[in-house]
Amino acid sequence: MIEMIKSAYVIGRRDFTAIIFSKAFFFFLLGPLFPLLVGGAAGALGGEVARDIASPVVGITMSADDGRALVAARVALAKEMGEGRFPELKLLGPSKDDPETLLKNTQNGLIAVLEGDLQKPKLIGTAGPVESWKAEIALLVTFARNGDAMKLMPVETQLVVQSAGSNKQKQLVTAQGAQVLVFMLTMLLAGMVMSNMVEEKANKIIEILAAAVPMDAVFIGKLFAMLAMAFLGIIVWGSVGFGLVTLAGSAMPSFPTPAVGWPMFAILCIVYFAMAYLVLGSLFIGIGAQAATVREVQTLSMPVTMLQLINFFLGMYTVAKINQPVETFAAIFPFSSPFAMIARAAQDPTLWHHGVAIIGQGMFALLIVRIGVYLFRRNVMKSGSGGREKAIGKRKLFGLVPLGRG
Amino acid sequence: MHAIEARGLVKIFDGFRAVDGIDLNVPAGSIYGVLGPNGAGKTTTLRMLLGIIDPDDGVRTLLGSDRPLSQSKLVGYLPEERGLYQSMRAVDTIAFMGALRGLPLKEGVARGRVLLEEAGLGEAADRQIRQLSKGMAQTVQLMGTIVHEPKLIVLDEPFSGLDAINQGKLERMIRAQAAKGVTVIFSTHVIAHAERLCERIAIIAKGRVSFDGLVSTARDRLRPQVHLETETMDGPWRSAIPSDCKAEGNWWHFTLPETGVEPLLKALVEGKAGVRSLSIERPGLHDAFVAIAGEDAAALMDQPTAGDLA
Repeated sequence: MIEMIKSAYVIGRRDFTAIIFSKAFFFFLLGPLFPLLVGGAAGALGGEVARDIASPVVGITMSADDGRALVAARVALAKEMGEGRFPELKLLGPSKDDPETLLKNTQNGLIAVLEGDLQKPKLIGTAGPVESWKAEIALLVTFARNGDAMKLMPVETQLVVQSAGSNKQKQLVTAQGAQVLVFMLTMLLAGMVMSNMVEEKANKIIEILAAAVPMDAVFIGKLFAMLAMAFLGIIVWGSVGFGLVTLAGSAMPSFPTPAVGWPMFAILCIVYFAMAYLVLGSLFIGIGAQAATVREVQTLSMPVTMLQLINFFLGMYTVAKINQPVETFAAIFPFSSPFAMIARAAQDPTLWHHGVAIIGQGMFALLIVRIGVYLFRRNVMKSGSGGREKAIGKRKLFGLVPLGRG
Repeated sequence: MHAIEARGLVKIFDGFRAVDGIDLNVPAGSIYGVLGPNGAGKTTTLRMLLGIIDPDDGVRTLLGSDRPLSQSKLVGYLPEERGLYQSMRAVDTIAFMGALRGLPLKEGVARGRVLLEEAGLGEAADRQIRQLSKGMAQTVQLMGTIVHEPKLIVLDEPFSGLDAINQGKLERMIRAQAAKGVTVIFSTHVIAHAERLCERIAIIAKGRVSFDGLVSTARDRLRPQVHLETETMDGPWRSAIPSDCKAEGNWWHFTLPETGVEPLLKALVEGKAGVRSLSIERPGLHDAFVAIAGEDAAALMDQPTAGDLA
């Protein structure tokens, strides 16, 4: 065992130094910047578009007095409830055109027409807008009919720092935020670890490694080299993030304390990131070891990414269902377990669950490594030049799926 | 004492018996050649002996252990497909390969520099592999194979892809290692290398060992060939010449009779054959190979591999 750890260290040390002293590592460190930039740009664009389309207009064909009363009611209510809660009102006055013609007129840009009078209003439009705005229009008409006589009852308010309900909700946000962070980091590494073994085969060094150390050590060394690289990245990104938070000061949103406390939550997030990576990474490195070319790895990336997403969504889905059967399943199933357990850490103070989960995830990762090694030795290291010529066109992924010429 | 022993090794790939019951005995301290045409099962056999893959049947012991990888620190291996990390420095490559076999990295760097100096590549020690010529890179890999001072060196087709100068260097290196008591086993499809270097050989064809023993024993399987030129074409001396001899004018080519050379000479002199020229040629390993493995296998031996063409 000690010999295997030593061998894994030799492999891991080589990989780690090769990665961090490469120019590509600089771009790896810049990696998280791109989603932030793209997210920011998409958010700004989305907001702009939302502003353009989020002002539905209802045409009013009632009398001028009724129309003015409706506008006054809207102003009063919007002041209390918010501008976005009501559609814009466009006073058209009694019209010769029927409502359908008014709605078809693109210059008006109406989503609905309110006709009749305040005693007997009628909202005309397509199903969606009518259903959406019926209640708001009814409220406006009720206010307009009663004029100054109807006012909202003032409610006295008192603010407190915490409440169980709001805390629970915010802890959910903390849990989801941590899940997304861990998932993003895992995604970042997944493709890299899968292509790692292919590169070793492409540069033909794999046989030297296989002859010198157990293949388990090769797999584990490579997995931990990537993990070490990720931790280095986290330290850099964390330092930059901490710097930004310090600069932003009170402008940053505050998160409620997770159920296990911040220090333990931070530790668990790091551990679960490592476990999520090791569980998925062991699978990916096994798959990558079976693939002969980068093209095969690219072909495999799609279903593998989908599997990752399913696990992530399972973790997300169960975030508000602590101790329900589906959440228990997600916490036990090794691929979703790290995500589900992060959610638990945010909402449930019990710690021993985490110990069990981490041991289970670690053992599962080792099992996957063993299976990967077995398949590698069975299917990959087959023969020399003579045998390879015979095997062209007969290669099978995992010994099962026929593969074409590499 | 054998460095390697194998009994009934079998390896089946997709129903094809790549290795079909191979027995080998490699004496410690010897230079041992594994001869066979491409696709004979040499690489698969070596991989099984080293523990890179497991046999489907049979047993093997390497330096006394039936778990070959446990002896990895005592073994150096040069695979047929040469591969190195292109961005690694030459000296670091040697040290890394030593570290894989348990040599401390610092020690590996120091020894790597010495080995490169000895090979005349001292100035290349700090250059990246991608900056070296192919021959230099192969030398670096060879240095990496011996940097940890192994007791057993396994070389799979070590001469393929090397020019004549580097082949000579490699032969000298193999002899030097053997002189230090290191066991060297190498596979080749070029008989001349085995003939020059090996005391013992195994001839493998179609996944089976056709011969395992001393080179001289293999050659002794064939009778010496006699090439005789006479002044006369006929006479009583003709009775001493085998009936299946080949005649070309005054030349006679035939296998030396089991009675030996003395009765033949006596018959030629007393029968007044008028001997102009007489040579008795001991068969080469190539002839022995043809006799043991057959013409087809011998023809395949002459076909170059991708490494030869590289």
